[in-house]
Amino acid sequence: MNRLHVDWTACDGRGLCAELLPELLVEDEWGYPAPRGEMSVPPALEPAARQAVDRCPALALKLTRVSAGRAPGSS
Amino acid sequence: MTSTVEAPPGSRVQLRLLAGSNDGRLDSHLAQHGRLPAFDTSQVIGMARDAGLTGRGGAGFPLWRKLSAVAAAGRPAVVIGNGAEGEPASGKDRALLTYAPNLVLDGLQLAASGTRSAVLYAPLGAHRALRELIDARRGAGLDRVPVRLVAAPDAFVAGEESAAAAAVAGRAAVPADKLVRITESGPGGAPMLVQNVETLAHLAMIARYGPGWFRAAGTPDEPGTFLATVSGAVAAPGVVEAGYGVALGDLVAAAGGATAPLRSVLVGGYHGGWVPADAALPVSRAALTPYGISPGAGVIVALPRTACGLLETARIAGCLADQVAGQCGPCVNGLPRLASTLSDLAHRRARPGLPAEVDRLARLVTGRGACRHPDGTARLVLSALRAFEADVAAHLAGRCLAEEGQR
Ligand SMILES: Cc1cc2nc3c(=O)[nH]c(=O)nc-3n(C[C@H](O)[C@H](O)[C@H](O)COP(=O)(O)O)c2cc1C
Ligand code: SF4
Ligand code: SF4
Repeated sequence: MNRLHVDWTACDGRGLCAELLPELLVEDEWGYPAPRGEMSVPPALEPAARQAVDRCPALALKLTRVSAGRAPGSS
Repeated sequence: MTSTVEAPPGSRVQLRLLAGSNDGRLDSHLAQHGRLPAFDTSQVIGMARDAGLTGRGGAGFPLWRKLSAVAAAGRPAVVIGNGAEGEPASGKDRALLTYAPNLVLDGLQLAASGTRSAVLYAPLGAHRALRELIDARRGAGLDRVPVRLVAAPDAFVAGEESAAAAAVAGRAAVPADKLVRITESGPGGAPMLVQNVETLAHLAMIARYGPGWFRAAGTPDEPGTFLATVSGAVAAPGVVEAGYGVALGDLVAAAGGATAPLRSVLVGGYHGGWVPADAALPVSRAALTPYGISPGAGVIVALPRTACGLLETARIAGCLADQVAGQCGPCVNGLPRLASTLSDLAHRRARPGLPAEVDRLARLVTGRGACRHPDGTARLVLSALRAFEADVAAHLAGRCLAEEGQR
């Protein structure tokens, strides 16, 4: 399954993605997208998610494949 | 805040990194520890794994896994010793760079064993002495990999991994998005490995005395010693070293003991949380998990009973809100709002739903930034709501328990 990723350094918070993907995202009080729950995208919402990614004016929204072998993260 | 505190007799405080002459000189270092034996990358990884060495910069991630990730990238990495220490209440990295810089530089060589590029990222004030030392070591043929010094700005987020990587690549020291890990590809294209300077110093000790020796301190699950910076209501604030699992009271005693009865203790620094002033509480990840925190980078602040924990937390939250690197909307907007809302509660500007609003804002900012600064700030604030629950109730009623000397 794919996950939505927001590059917060790029997102300019006009909330377009929350309009296109209300099942997953809600606009916070400053206009930035907040996850309703998990950021993983169920197959049924995949087309809407792709559209949101394509139409993000700041190129801040990405779809990433959830894979096991990612390099370790840290704080 | 760079004094080392001698261990009082009978306490479980244990000096390793800070044992010995501590004059920072190369000849005393070689007299005490000898030359660093040569190791290849897989030996360094194996040694770090057998020792169970975890990062001392806050996150506590196993060193060997990061070393493996960088080795697996298959391209020469830039290895960065992180001595930025942006946390205001922390002094241990500065102490280490002053008193035992050769251990840090030894560890940097070990971590950089498979590469050609090593960087020490440290505050500018430390550069003169470090430059001389780096030259002396190079002259003595100690260091195979040349070490470059890069200045760490005096800002809280400047020590964050991707901020350090950016600074080393010649960019502004601000955190970056984490979609691509810097262990795969850093800002300059090469893989980058960022390790706290204390982590590197421990690695240098393990290379000489072995993983078994390392594991003789600490607990089986959390081996080794760590540097703690103890401040607040203690007689001799400073840096102490102890094995993980050390009793909180022993750390406080090693810093001269409490100067007043304590209300609470902040463990893990400004991104940590409040725990009861229980002298027997072990300082370990396992024992601190119920409080939602970890030993972090070893910052311990003792809060006297005469002080209000909500006021102190509001002060810190205000400081953290001032430190946001103006990049990420939820952090830039959320942290000042969180801090001011907590400040209203702390200053008894009560209104209905105030604690719930603090709680909501803390959860709203969590996980929504390029770095974990919002997460750490929220963690601290939420821990204050839990630890000072009675104070919250009193403040809503217009009273302050600290002022009244209750509890
Ligand atoms: C806001 C913020 C500030 C940080 N500042 C420092 C720092 O000053 N020094 C440091 O070593 N790690 C700092 N860290 C942690 C680093 O991101 C990173 O995890 C660490 O340097 C990795 O080294 P270690 O695995 O040896 O601990 C910070 C993290 C955050 C989120
Ligand atoms: S559409 Fe893009 S820029 Fe706009 S709020 Fe969503 S992520 Fe941010
Ligand atoms: S989360 Fe906050 S502190 Fe971290 S990079 Fe973004 S704005 Fe800066």
